[in-house]
Amino acid sequence: MRFTKDHEWVAVEGDIATVGITAYAAEQLGDVVFVEVPEVGKTVGQGDQLAVVESVKAASDVYAPVSGEVVEANAELADAPETVNALPEAGGWFAKLKLSNPAEVDALMDRDAYEAFLSTL
Amino acid sequence: MSTDDLKKTPLFDAHVAAGARMVPFAGYSMPVQYKDGVLKEHLWTREHAGLFDVSHMGQARIRGENPARSFEKVVSADYQGLKAGKQRYGVLLNAAGGIVDDLMTARPDDDGLFVVVNGACKDNDYAIIAAALEGEATVTRLEDRALLALQGPQAAAVLAAHVPEAAEMVFMDARALTAFGVDAIISRSGYTGEDGYEISVPASDAARIWNTLLEDERVKPIGLGARDSLRLEAGLPLYGHDLDETVSPIEAGLNFAVGKSRREAGDFLGAERITKELAGDLARVRVNLKVLEGAPAREGADIADAEGNVIGKVTSGGFGPSFGGAIAIGFVPPAFAVVGETLKVIVRGKPAAALVVASPFVPTRYVRKL
Repeated sequence: MRFTKDHEWVAVEGDIATVGITAYAAEQLGDVVFVEVPEVGKTVGQGDQLAVVESVKAASDVYAPVSGEVVEANAELADAPETVNALPEAGGWFAKLKLSNPAEVDALMDRDAYEAFLSTL
Repeated sequence: MSTDDLKKTPLFDAHVAAGARMVPFAGYSMPVQYKDGVLKEHLWTREHAGLFDVSHMGQARIRGENPARSFEKVVSADYQGLKAGKQRYGVLLNAAGGIVDDLMTARPDDDGLFVVVNGACKDNDYAIIAAALEGEATVTRLEDRALLALQGPQAAAVLAAHVPEAAEMVFMDARALTAFGVDAIISRSGYTGEDGYEISVPASDAARIWNTLLEDERVKPIGLGARDSLRLEAGLPLYGHDLDETVSPIEAGLNFAVGKSRREAGDFLGAERITKELAGDLARVRVNLKVLEGAPAREGADIADAEGNVIGKVTSGGFGPSFGGAIAIGFVPPAFAVVGETLKVIVRGKPAAALVVASPFVPTRYVRKL
Protein backbone atom coordinates (compact mmCIF):
# COMPACT_ATOMS: atom_id res chain seq x y z
CA MET A 1 0.00 0.00 0.00
CA ARG A 2 1.21 3.50 -0.89
CA PHE A 3 0.09 6.87 0.46
CA THR A 4 -0.24 10.54 -0.53
CA LYS A 5 0.14 13.70 1.50
CA ASP A 6 -3.61 14.23 0.94
CA HIS A 7 -4.18 11.01 2.92
CA GLU A 8 -5.29 8.74 0.10
CA TRP A 9 -4.02 5.16 -0.17
CA VAL A 10 -3.43 2.97 -3.22
CA ALA A 11 -3.18 -0.80 -3.28
CA VAL A 12 -1.97 -2.24 -6.58
CA GLU A 13 -2.67 -5.71 -7.98
CA GLY A 14 -1.40 -6.20 -11.53
CA ASP A 15 -2.36 -3.01 -13.34
CA ILE A 16 -5.37 -2.25 -11.12
CA ALA A 17 -5.08 0.23 -8.25
CA THR A 18 -7.69 0.31 -5.49
CA VAL A 19 -8.03 3.78 -3.92
CA GLY A 20 -9.33 4.94 -0.57
CA ILE A 21 -8.60 7.39 2.25
CA THR A 22 -6.46 6.60 5.27
CA ALA A 23 -7.65 5.96 8.82
CA TYR A 24 -6.16 9.34 9.73
CA ALA A 25 -8.29 11.10 7.07
CA ALA A 26 -11.42 9.21 8.11
CA GLU A 27 -10.86 10.21 11.72
CA GLN A 28 -10.36 13.86 10.75
CA LEU A 29 -13.52 13.89 8.62
CA GLY A 30 -15.73 12.56 11.35
CA ASP A 31 -18.90 10.63 10.62
CA VAL A 32 -19.24 10.07 6.89
CA VAL A 33 -22.87 10.36 5.77
CA PHE A 34 -22.56 10.39 1.97
CA VAL A 35 -19.99 9.32 -0.60
CA GLU A 36 -20.01 10.29 -4.26
CA VAL A 37 -17.99 7.71 -6.21
CA PRO A 38 -16.81 8.21 -9.81
CA GLU A 39 -18.53 6.70 -12.84
CA VAL A 40 -16.98 3.64 -14.44
CA GLY A 41 -15.15 4.65 -17.60
CA LYS A 42 -14.10 8.06 -16.32
CA THR A 43 -10.43 8.86 -16.91
CA VAL A 44 -8.57 10.78 -14.23
CA GLY A 45 -5.12 12.28 -14.04
CA GLN A 46 -3.00 12.24 -10.89
CA GLY A 47 -4.40 14.87 -8.52
CA ASP A 48 -7.80 15.12 -10.23
CA GLN A 49 -10.95 14.96 -8.13
CA LEU A 50 -11.98 11.32 -7.89
CA ALA A 51 -14.69 11.18 -5.23
CA VAL A 52 -16.43 13.36 -2.64
CA VAL A 53 -16.86 12.38 0.99
CA GLU A 54 -19.40 14.21 3.09
CA SER A 55 -19.53 14.31 6.86
CA VAL A 56 -22.48 15.77 8.80
CA LYS A 57 -20.84 19.16 8.53
CA ALA A 58 -18.82 19.36 5.31
CA ALA A 59 -17.93 17.97 1.90
CA SER A 60 -14.32 16.97 1.14
CA ASP A 61 -12.76 16.07 -2.20
CA VAL A 62 -10.78 12.87 -2.64
CA TYR A 63 -8.06 13.17 -5.28
CA ALA A 64 -6.78 10.47 -7.60
CA PRO A 65 -3.37 9.43 -6.25
CA VAL A 66 -2.49 8.02 -9.68
CA SER A 67 -3.68 8.41 -13.27
CA GLY A 68 -5.99 5.87 -14.85
CA GLU A 69 -9.43 4.80 -15.95
CA VAL A 70 -12.12 3.96 -13.40
CA VAL A 71 -12.96 0.27 -13.90
CA GLU A 72 -15.05 -0.20 -10.76
CA ALA A 73 -16.65 2.05 -8.13
CA ASN A 74 -17.66 0.92 -4.65
CA ALA A 75 -21.46 0.92 -4.99
CA GLU A 76 -21.90 -0.35 -1.42
CA LEU A 77 -20.93 3.06 -0.05
CA ALA A 78 -24.24 4.49 -1.30
CA ASP A 79 -26.12 2.50 1.35
CA ALA A 80 -23.35 2.26 3.92
CA PRO A 81 -21.21 5.44 3.82
CA GLU A 82 -20.18 4.74 7.43
CA THR A 83 -17.93 1.97 6.08
CA VAL A 84 -15.42 4.72 5.29
CA ASN A 85 -15.09 5.36 9.04
CA ALA A 86 -15.29 1.72 10.08
CA LEU A 87 -12.94 0.20 7.50
CA PRO A 88 -11.15 3.07 5.75
CA GLU A 89 -8.28 0.95 4.45
CA ALA A 90 -10.43 -2.04 3.43
CA GLY A 91 -14.20 -2.04 2.67
CA GLY A 92 -14.30 1.76 2.55
CA TRP A 93 -12.44 1.97 -0.78
CA PHE A 94 -13.87 4.30 -3.42
CA ALA A 95 -12.72 3.11 -6.85
CA LYS A 96 -10.45 0.79 -8.78
CA LEU A 97 -8.34 2.41 -11.47
CA LYS A 98 -6.60 0.79 -14.43
CA LEU A 99 -3.18 2.39 -14.17
CA SER A 100 -2.05 4.47 -17.11
CA ASN A 101 1.33 5.34 -15.56
CA PRO A 102 2.45 2.68 -13.05
CA ALA A 103 5.60 4.68 -12.25
CA GLU A 104 3.39 7.15 -10.32
CA VAL A 105 2.77 4.47 -7.69
CA ASP A 106 6.45 4.05 -6.92
CA ALA A 107 6.81 7.77 -6.26
CA LEU A 108 4.19 7.68 -3.45
CA MET A 109 5.08 7.18 0.22
CA ASP A 110 5.28 3.71 1.73
CA ARG A 111 3.67 3.16 5.14
CA ASP A 112 6.77 4.07 7.13
CA ALA A 113 7.19 7.31 5.20
CA TYR A 114 3.48 8.11 5.62
CA GLU A 115 3.62 7.43 9.38
CA ALA A 116 6.64 9.72 9.58
CA PHE A 117 4.70 12.36 7.61
CA LEU A 118 1.73 12.06 10.00
CA SER A 119 4.02 12.63 12.97
CA THR A 120 4.93 16.04 11.52
CA LEU A 121 1.29 17.22 11.37
CA MET B 1 -6.36 35.42 12.42
CA SER B 2 -3.73 33.18 13.97
CA THR B 3 -4.71 30.70 16.66
CA ASP B 4 -2.85 32.86 19.20
CA ASP B 5 -5.25 35.75 18.59
CA LEU B 6 -8.30 33.67 19.41
CA LYS B 7 -10.13 34.42 22.61
CA LYS B 8 -10.89 31.69 25.11
CA THR B 9 -14.10 31.18 27.03
CA PRO B 10 -13.86 30.36 30.74
CA LEU B 11 -14.43 26.72 29.73
CA PHE B 12 -11.50 26.40 27.30
CA ASP B 13 -9.44 24.19 29.63
CA ALA B 14 -12.45 21.99 30.35
CA HIS B 15 -13.00 21.43 26.60
CA VAL B 16 -9.37 20.52 25.97
CA ALA B 17 -9.35 18.18 28.97
CA ALA B 18 -12.47 16.45 27.58
CA GLY B 19 -10.69 15.80 24.26
CA ALA B 20 -12.51 18.43 22.22
CA ARG B 21 -11.36 19.37 18.74
CA MET B 22 -11.03 23.16 18.97
CA VAL B 23 -11.68 25.43 16.00
CA PRO B 24 -11.80 29.21 15.45
CA PHE B 25 -15.38 30.46 15.71
CA ALA B 26 -16.58 34.05 16.13
CA GLY B 27 -13.08 35.06 17.27
CA TYR B 28 -12.95 32.33 19.91
CA SER B 29 -11.34 28.92 20.10
CA MET B 30 -14.41 26.70 20.45
CA PRO B 31 -15.10 22.96 20.58
CA VAL B 32 -16.50 21.69 17.27
CA GLN B 33 -16.84 18.17 18.63
CA TYR B 34 -15.68 15.93 21.46
CA LYS B 35 -14.52 12.32 21.25
CA ASP B 36 -17.93 10.86 20.32
CA GLY B 37 -18.20 12.98 17.15
CA VAL B 38 -20.97 15.11 15.67
CA LEU B 39 -23.42 12.32 14.83
CA LYS B 40 -23.45 10.73 18.30
CA GLU B 41 -23.47 14.12 20.03
CA HIS B 42 -26.47 15.19 17.96
CA LEU B 43 -28.42 12.03 18.77
CA TRP B 44 -27.43 12.18 22.46
CA THR B 45 -28.92 15.67 22.71
CA ARG B 46 -32.18 14.55 21.09
CA GLU B 47 -32.42 11.54 23.46
CA HIS B 48 -30.84 12.73 26.71
CA ALA B 49 -29.23 16.09 27.55
CA GLY B 50 -26.42 17.95 25.81
CA LEU B 51 -24.33 20.63 27.49
CA PHE B 52 -23.06 23.43 25.25
CA ASP B 53 -20.63 26.25 25.94
CA VAL B 54 -22.12 29.34 24.32
CA SER B 55 -20.00 31.81 26.26
CA HIS B 56 -18.76 33.35 22.99
CA MET B 57 -22.18 34.97 22.68
CA GLY B 58 -22.60 38.49 23.96
CA GLN B 59 -24.46 39.16 27.20
CA ALA B 60 -25.46 42.69 28.16
CA ARG B 61 -27.77 44.71 30.36
CA ILE B 62 -29.79 47.64 29.09
CA ARG B 63 -30.63 50.01 31.90
CA GLY B 64 -32.41 53.33 32.07
CA GLU B 65 -35.70 54.97 32.91
CA ASN B 66 -37.60 53.07 30.23
CA PRO B 67 -34.95 50.82 28.67
CA ALA B 68 -37.41 48.90 26.50
CA ARG B 69 -38.72 52.08 24.87
CA SER B 70 -35.21 53.19 23.93
CA PHE B 71 -34.20 49.72 22.78
CA GLU B 72 -37.24 49.41 20.54
CA LYS B 73 -35.80 52.10 18.25
CA VAL B 74 -33.49 49.51 16.71
CA VAL B 75 -35.28 46.20 17.29
CA SER B 76 -38.50 44.81 15.92
CA ALA B 77 -40.02 43.01 18.88
CA ASP B 78 -42.38 44.48 21.44
CA TYR B 79 -40.18 44.83 24.51
CA GLN B 80 -42.28 47.43 26.32
CA GLY B 81 -44.93 44.74 26.47
CA LEU B 82 -42.49 42.06 27.68
CA LYS B 83 -43.70 40.85 31.07
CA ALA B 84 -41.41 40.35 34.05
CA GLY B 85 -39.91 36.88 34.02
CA LYS B 86 -40.25 36.45 30.25
CA GLN B 87 -37.91 36.42 27.27
CA ARG B 88 -38.62 37.30 23.63
CA TYR B 89 -36.84 36.78 20.29
CA GLY B 90 -36.23 39.84 18.16
CA VAL B 91 -34.06 41.19 15.38
CA LEU B 92 -31.82 44.23 15.26
CA LEU B 93 -32.59 46.07 12.02
CA ASN B 94 -30.86 48.40 9.61
CA ALA B 95 -32.59 51.31 7.83
CA ALA B 96 -33.30 49.08 4.81
CA GLY B 97 -35.17 46.55 6.94
CA GLY B 98 -32.30 44.03 6.85
CA ILE B 99 -31.28 41.98 9.86
CA VAL B 100 -28.11 43.19 11.62
CA ASP B 101 -28.43 40.40 14.19
CA ASP B 102 -31.02 38.26 15.90
CA LEU B 103 -31.15 38.33 19.66
CA MET B 104 -32.92 37.24 22.81
CA THR B 105 -34.06 39.83 25.31
CA ALA B 106 -35.37 39.03 28.78
CA ARG B 107 -36.71 40.83 31.82
CA PRO B 108 -35.38 38.43 34.45
CA ASP B 109 -35.51 40.92 37.34
CA ASP B 110 -35.81 44.68 38.01
CA ASP B 111 -32.36 45.44 36.60
CA GLY B 112 -33.49 46.55 33.15
CA LEU B 113 -33.29 44.17 30.20
CA PHE B 114 -30.91 41.24 29.74
CA VAL B 115 -29.82 40.77 26.13
CA VAL B 116 -27.99 37.87 24.44
CA VAL B 117 -26.52 38.50 20.96
CA ASN B 118 -24.47 36.47 18.50
CA GLY B 119 -20.74 36.27 19.23
CA ALA B 120 -19.57 37.36 15.79
CA CYS B 121 -21.90 40.38 15.82
CA LYS B 122 -21.55 41.67 19.35
CA ASP B 123 -19.21 44.68 18.89
CA ASN B 124 -21.32 46.05 16.04
CA ASP B 125 -24.56 45.31 17.92
CA TYR B 126 -23.45 47.11 21.07
CA ALA B 127 -22.36 50.17 19.06
CA ILE B 128 -25.73 50.35 17.30
CA ILE B 129 -27.68 49.80 20.51
CA ALA B 130 -25.59 52.34 22.45
CA ALA B 131 -26.15 54.98 19.74
CA ALA B 132 -29.91 54.35 19.83
CA LEU B 133 -30.04 54.55 23.61
CA GLU B 134 -27.91 57.68 23.93
CA GLY B 135 -29.14 60.00 26.65
CA GLU B 136 -31.95 57.67 27.65
CA ALA B 137 -30.43 54.34 28.61
CA THR B 138 -27.12 52.48 28.63
CA VAL B 139 -25.91 49.15 27.35
CA THR B 140 -23.40 47.40 29.61
CA ARG B 141 -21.49 44.34 28.43
CA LEU B 142 -21.36 41.51 30.93
CA GLU B 143 -17.86 40.33 29.98
CA ASP B 144 -17.42 38.52 33.28
CA ARG B 145 -20.19 36.04 32.64
CA ALA B 146 -20.29 32.67 30.89
CA LEU B 147 -23.29 31.11 29.17
CA LEU B 148 -24.12 27.40 29.17
CA ALA B 149 -26.96 25.71 27.30
CA LEU B 150 -28.43 22.46 28.59
CA GLN B 151 -30.66 20.97 25.91
CA GLY B 152 -32.64 17.79 25.45
CA PRO B 153 -35.56 15.81 26.87
CA GLN B 154 -33.72 15.12 30.15
CA ALA B 155 -32.48 18.70 30.61
CA ALA B 156 -35.35 19.69 32.90
CA ALA B 157 -34.86 16.77 35.26
CA VAL B 158 -31.10 17.31 35.33
CA LEU B 159 -31.31 21.01 36.10
CA ALA B 160 -34.15 20.65 38.61
CA ALA B 161 -31.89 18.45 40.73
CA HIS B 162 -29.69 21.51 41.27
CA VAL B 163 -32.16 24.35 40.72
CA PRO B 164 -35.70 23.31 41.78
CA GLU B 165 -37.18 26.56 40.38
CA ALA B 166 -36.16 25.50 36.87
CA ALA B 167 -38.90 22.87 36.86
CA GLU B 168 -41.53 25.57 37.38
CA MET B 169 -40.49 27.52 34.30
CA VAL B 170 -42.02 27.14 30.82
CA PHE B 171 -40.65 27.94 27.37
CA MET B 172 -39.32 31.53 27.19
CA ASP B 173 -39.50 32.12 30.94
CA ALA B 174 -36.41 33.90 32.25
CA ARG B 175 -35.44 34.36 35.89
CA ALA B 176 -32.61 35.84 37.87
CA LEU B 177 -32.04 33.51 40.79
CA THR B 178 -29.41 31.94 42.98
CA ALA B 179 -28.27 28.67 41.44
CA PHE B 180 -25.17 26.60 42.11
CA GLY B 181 -24.45 29.12 44.89
CA VAL B 182 -24.06 32.08 42.53
CA ASP B 183 -26.23 34.69 40.86
CA ALA B 184 -27.57 33.11 37.69
CA ILE B 185 -29.94 34.13 34.93
CA ILE B 186 -31.78 31.10 33.61
CA SER B 187 -34.16 30.99 30.67
CA ARG B 188 -36.07 27.97 29.42
CA SER B 189 -34.96 28.26 25.82
CA GLY B 190 -32.18 27.32 23.45
CA TYR B 191 -31.49 26.75 19.79
CA THR B 192 -31.80 23.01 19.24
CA GLY B 193 -35.58 22.54 19.03
CA GLU B 194 -35.43 20.58 22.27
CA ASP B 195 -36.68 21.56 25.68
CA GLY B 196 -33.81 23.06 27.64
CA TYR B 197 -32.22 26.02 29.35
CA GLU B 198 -29.66 28.74 28.83
CA ILE B 199 -27.77 29.45 32.04
CA SER B 200 -25.78 32.66 32.54
CA VAL B 201 -23.31 32.44 35.44
CA PRO B 202 -20.22 34.34 36.62
CA ALA B 203 -17.18 33.37 34.51
CA SER B 204 -15.25 32.46 37.66
CA ASP B 205 -17.78 29.72 38.50
CA ALA B 206 -18.41 28.45 34.97
CA ALA B 207 -16.01 25.49 35.01
CA ARG B 208 -17.30 24.29 38.39
CA ILE B 209 -20.93 24.44 37.20
CA TRP B 210 -20.03 22.82 33.85
CA ASN B 211 -18.34 19.92 35.66
CA THR B 212 -21.19 19.62 38.16
CA LEU B 213 -23.71 19.21 35.33
CA LEU B 214 -21.46 16.68 33.57
CA GLU B 215 -21.34 14.52 36.69
CA ASP B 216 -24.91 13.55 35.79
CA GLU B 217 -24.75 10.52 33.51
CA ARG B 218 -27.60 11.91 31.40
CA VAL B 219 -25.40 14.84 30.32
CA LYS B 220 -22.60 14.93 27.74
CA PRO B 221 -20.68 17.92 26.37
CA ILE B 222 -21.71 18.79 22.81
CA GLY B 223 -19.75 20.82 20.25
CA LEU B 224 -20.58 23.37 17.58
CA GLY B 225 -20.93 20.69 14.89
CA ALA B 226 -23.95 19.09 16.51
CA ARG B 227 -25.26 22.49 17.59
CA ASP B 228 -25.48 23.38 13.90
CA SER B 229 -27.17 20.16 12.78
CA LEU B 230 -29.62 20.35 15.69
CA ARG B 231 -30.68 23.92 14.91
CA LEU B 232 -30.95 23.10 11.19
CA GLU B 233 -33.31 20.18 11.91
CA ALA B 234 -35.33 22.50 14.17
CA GLY B 235 -35.71 24.87 11.19
CA LEU B 236 -34.01 27.68 13.09
CA PRO B 237 -32.17 30.22 10.93
CA LEU B 238 -28.57 31.07 11.75
CA TYR B 239 -27.12 34.55 11.54
CA GLY B 240 -24.35 34.89 8.95
CA HIS B 241 -25.86 32.04 6.95
CA ASP B 242 -29.66 32.26 6.64
CA LEU B 243 -29.84 35.78 8.00
CA ASP B 244 -27.77 38.80 7.05
CA GLU B 245 -28.10 42.53 6.44
CA THR B 246 -29.90 42.00 3.11
CA VAL B 247 -32.53 39.62 4.52
CA SER B 248 -35.62 41.04 6.20
CA PRO B 249 -37.38 39.26 9.06
CA ILE B 250 -40.42 38.75 6.82
CA GLU B 251 -38.38 37.11 4.06
CA ALA B 252 -36.85 34.90 6.74
CA GLY B 253 -40.27 33.87 8.02
CA LEU B 254 -39.67 35.62 11.33
CA ASN B 255 -42.91 37.62 11.25
CA PHE B 256 -43.42 36.78 14.92
CA ALA B 257 -40.27 38.81 15.71
CA VAL B 258 -42.06 41.98 14.57
CA GLY B 259 -44.48 42.75 17.40
CA LYS B 260 -48.13 43.53 16.73
CA SER B 261 -47.93 46.90 18.47
CA ARG B 262 -44.76 47.67 16.50
CA ARG B 263 -46.45 46.89 13.16
CA GLU B 264 -49.30 49.22 14.03
CA ALA B 265 -46.91 52.00 15.07
CA GLY B 266 -44.45 51.38 12.21
CA ASP B 267 -41.85 52.98 14.45
CA PHE B 268 -38.80 50.83 13.74
CA LEU B 269 -35.91 51.02 11.29
CA GLY B 270 -36.79 49.62 7.88
CA ALA B 271 -40.53 49.84 8.61
CA GLU B 272 -41.28 50.89 5.05
CA ARG B 273 -39.98 47.64 3.53
CA ILE B 274 -41.26 45.44 6.31
CA THR B 275 -44.78 46.89 6.15
CA LYS B 276 -44.86 46.27 2.38
CA GLU B 277 -43.61 42.72 2.82
CA LEU B 278 -46.14 42.00 5.57
CA ALA B 279 -48.81 42.97 3.03
CA GLY B 280 -47.47 40.28 0.68
CA ASP B 281 -45.05 42.20 -1.52
CA LEU B 282 -42.09 39.84 -1.19
CA ALA B 283 -39.33 38.91 -3.63
CA ARG B 284 -38.07 35.83 -1.78
CA VAL B 285 -38.88 33.77 1.26
CA ARG B 286 -37.17 31.13 3.35
CA VAL B 287 -38.02 27.52 2.58
CA ASN B 288 -37.13 24.17 4.08
CA LEU B 289 -35.99 21.56 1.57
CA LYS B 290 -35.76 17.80 1.90
CA VAL B 291 -33.10 16.67 -0.60
CA LEU B 292 -34.53 13.55 -2.19
CA GLU B 293 -31.43 12.20 -3.95
CA GLY B 294 -27.68 12.49 -4.04
CA ALA B 295 -25.39 14.50 -1.83
CA PRO B 296 -26.40 16.99 0.84
CA ALA B 297 -26.86 20.51 -0.59
CA ARG B 298 -24.60 22.87 1.32
CA GLU B 299 -24.61 26.64 1.76
CA GLY B 300 -24.19 28.37 -1.62
CA ALA B 301 -25.78 25.62 -3.75
CA ASP B 302 -28.23 26.93 -6.35
CA ILE B 303 -31.93 26.08 -6.13
CA ALA B 304 -33.72 25.60 -9.48
CA ASP B 305 -37.34 25.12 -10.52
CA ALA B 306 -38.57 21.91 -12.16
CA GLU B 307 -37.36 23.17 -15.57
CA GLY B 308 -33.89 23.87 -14.24
CA ASN B 309 -34.07 27.69 -14.03
CA VAL B 310 -32.10 28.94 -11.04
CA ILE B 311 -34.52 30.64 -8.63
CA GLY B 312 -32.60 30.84 -5.37
CA LYS B 313 -29.82 29.64 -3.13
CA VAL B 314 -29.26 27.29 -0.22
CA THR B 315 -28.16 29.23 2.86
CA SER B 316 -27.67 26.27 5.23
CA GLY B 317 -27.63 22.60 4.44
CA GLY B 318 -26.31 19.29 5.53
CA PHE B 319 -27.27 15.92 6.88
CA GLY B 320 -29.91 15.75 9.58
CA PRO B 321 -28.95 12.85 11.86
CA SER B 322 -32.40 12.61 13.52
CA PHE B 323 -34.21 13.40 10.29
CA GLY B 324 -32.18 10.69 8.58
CA GLY B 325 -31.37 12.50 5.37
CA ALA B 326 -30.11 15.61 3.66
CA ILE B 327 -31.92 18.84 4.54
CA ALA B 328 -31.46 22.48 3.64
CA ILE B 329 -32.73 25.99 4.26
CA GLY B 330 -32.78 28.38 1.33
CA PHE B 331 -34.53 31.35 -0.24
CA VAL B 332 -36.82 31.25 -3.31
CA PRO B 333 -39.60 33.45 -4.76
CA PRO B 334 -42.88 32.98 -2.82
CA ALA B 335 -44.59 31.19 -5.74
CA PHE B 336 -42.20 28.26 -5.23
CA ALA B 337 -42.34 28.24 -1.45
CA VAL B 338 -45.29 25.91 -1.29
CA VAL B 339 -45.11 22.77 0.82
CA GLY B 340 -45.13 19.80 -1.54
CA GLU B 341 -43.48 21.68 -4.42
CA THR B 342 -40.64 19.75 -6.05
CA LEU B 343 -37.59 21.87 -6.82
CA LYS B 344 -33.98 21.02 -7.63
CA VAL B 345 -30.75 21.68 -5.80
CA ILE B 346 -27.57 21.89 -7.85
CA VAL B 347 -24.71 20.13 -6.07
CA ARG B 348 -21.34 20.14 -7.88
CA GLY B 349 -23.15 20.81 -11.15
CA LYS B 350 -25.65 17.98 -10.75
CA PRO B 351 -29.35 18.78 -10.29
CA ALA B 352 -31.10 16.67 -7.66
CA ALA B 353 -34.77 16.68 -6.65
CA ALA B 354 -35.67 18.49 -3.44
CA LEU B 355 -39.08 18.76 -1.85
CA VAL B 356 -40.37 21.88 -0.08
CA VAL B 357 -41.40 20.70 3.38
CA ALA B 358 -42.89 22.33 6.47
CA SER B 359 -40.73 23.66 9.27
CA PRO B 360 -39.36 22.20 11.48
CA PHE B 361 -37.75 19.11 9.94
CA VAL B 362 -37.87 17.36 13.31
CA PRO B 363 -40.72 18.19 15.74
CA THR B 364 -39.71 20.67 18.42
CA ARG B 365 -40.28 19.79 22.07
CA TYR B 366 -40.60 23.13 23.81
CA VAL B 367 -42.49 22.93 27.10
CA ARG B 368 -45.10 25.66 26.79
CA LYS B 369 -47.35 24.47 29.61
CA LEU B 370 -46.64 22.47 32.76
